[in-house]
Amino acid sequence: MALLKLENLTVSYGAIEALKGISIEVEAGEVVTLVGANGAGKSTTLRTITGLLKPKTGKVLYEGKDISGIPTHHTVDLGICMSPEGRGIFANLTVLENLELGAFRQKDKQKIKADLEKVFHFFPRVKERIKQVAGTLSGGEQQMVAMGRALMARPRLLLLDEPSLGLAPLVVKTIFEAIDAINKDGATILLVEQNANAALNHSNRAYVLETGSIVLSGPSKELAQDPRIREAYLGE
Amino acid sequence: MLQTFIQQIINGLALGSIYALIALGYTMVYGVLRLINFAHGDVYMIGAFVGYYAAQKFGIASASGQISFGGALILMMTAMMASASLGVVIERFAYRPVRKYPRLTSLITAIGVSLLLENGGQVLFGADPKFFPILNSAVTYTFGSVTVRLTDIIIVVVSVSLMVLLQTIVLKTKLGKAMRAVSYNLDAAKLMGINTDFIIAFTFALGSALAAAAGILVSLSFPKIDPLIGVLTGLKAFVAAVLGGIGNITGAVLGGFLIGIAETMAAGYLPQSLNSYKDAVAFAILILVLLFKPAGLMGSVAPEKV
Ligand SMILES: Nc1ncnc2c1ncn2[C@@H]1O[C@H](COP(=O)(O)OP(=O)(O)O)[C@@H](O)[C@H]1O
Ligand SMILES: [Mg+2]
Repeated sequence: MALLKLENLTVSYGAIEALKGISIEVEAGEVVTLVGANGAGKSTTLRTITGLLKPKTGKVLYEGKDISGIPTHHTVDLGICMSPEGRGIFANLTVLENLELGAFRQKDKQKIKADLEKVFHFFPRVKERIKQVAGTLSGGEQQMVAMGRALMARPRLLLLDEPSLGLAPLVVKTIFEAIDAINKDGATILLVEQNANAALNHSNRAYVLETGSIVLSGPSKELAQDPRIREAYLGE
Repeated sequence: MLQTFIQQIINGLALGSIYALIALGYTMVYGVLRLINFAHGDVYMIGAFVGYYAAQKFGIASASGQISFGGALILMMTAMMASASLGVVIERFAYRPVRKYPRLTSLITAIGVSLLLENGGQVLFGADPKFFPILNSAVTYTFGSVTVRLTDIIIVVVSVSLMVLLQTIVLKTKLGKAMRAVSYNLDAAKLMGINTDFIIAFTFALGSALAAAAGILVSLSFPKIDPLIGVLTGLKAFVAAVLGGIGNITGAVLGGFLIGIAETMAAGYLPQSLNSYKDAVAFAILILVLLFKPAGLMGSVAPEKV
């Protein structure tokens, strides 16, 4: 059984239909990427999985259970955690406070400490900045905090919305290496990217979203060779 | 001259603590919902009436309408709990259902709730004024020509204690951290696993309890209460919140004290014939703030919610 299965999901903003019946599956242990141009509906997909948006029709199945429309704090309890587009850092709080908020539903102080160490292991830079107010960090460091904060909730399914957006190539590399490491550590990852090249290189399977519909899907290695993809998303 | 000044500072501190307590409710609710809760002044009024009826019900006022410190404390606790519950009910049944609509809808709803409480109050309590019990230990200390009433000292001490308590909740507790997260970015707070509906309700409870405390403190000093006492006081406290920078807790306290002192200064220095203009001071300040520092004294250009 797939860890996550979207069945014919449609989502609207008022009269605008952002998702027109998409179906996606993510198996436990995979890194699956969702690529597509700006406005294709990638963020809408992730926001619907987390319960920030409610689907108009269709289902979000998690371990076979229909979780469509349940409140976000319950999806977090199920192990679904997201680093949102634009990072959603609490810029007025310190890095440590941001990470502690990630563990908001964790009561066990020992576990919180262990998870902090884990975040430092993936992102040594975060440890150096731990006392700083998050708003003073560079974009790359903020992205690390956003991902670290999601890790603090012990994700089984980690949703990453454009983690590399606006970052320098060297930082992008660091972020993608962390994604590999987090996946190796056991988290299943659904990665949304406009940087299709890196996303296809760091995932098992991919879906291509165009104006609210899935137009292509398959193993990332194969899609990376597909002429349509190379032309539309890899700039060839 | 100096004595008038000192006298008005003292009066201003007492009045200012009241505005500050009420302004905190406006600013906290604005923080989490970006809503001006126009019914907040009426929650203050309800607090005073709960105290009035509790005094009768519990039989803690003497035949001549006097109560002890302890009695006043009981009234205050009762009023705070009742208003906190009222705040939660208002949020749950008036504001939450319209949260998904454009902001104007919430604003109109708030005005509706305010009218409902004011007119409901007139039906329930009667439009004629009631007389709140006064402290049996109410004394006045005199230093030269400066007089300090015990009730003023109580107002300042109790208000400041409540503000410190609030600050501790907001800065030191997990709930407080969640409140700050919600007011910074609602969706990001949800993603942390914060039950944001609960936090919003909790914020209403806190703000409403502080307003009720203010209602009791004022009534101990100015015992004449009627269902419309929340209107002008509420508006001035709202101005205090805007002056401090709406959404900013420290700003609300600062704004409260500034408005209180400005008002008593006007009362102390304006010629007798213009004295009734003291009520206009807050609104003159509002106009100046909106013209020259629309974000308020401590307000930053808050990030719009995404
Ligand atoms: N809050 C919103 N209100 C109205 N329309 C929206 C909103 N958010 C996104 N949309 C629209 O939905 C579509 C999909 O948006 P989105 O999921 O953000 O795309 P992507 O993440 O792929 O760039 C776009 O046409 C966008 O304009
Ligand atoms: Mg997006």
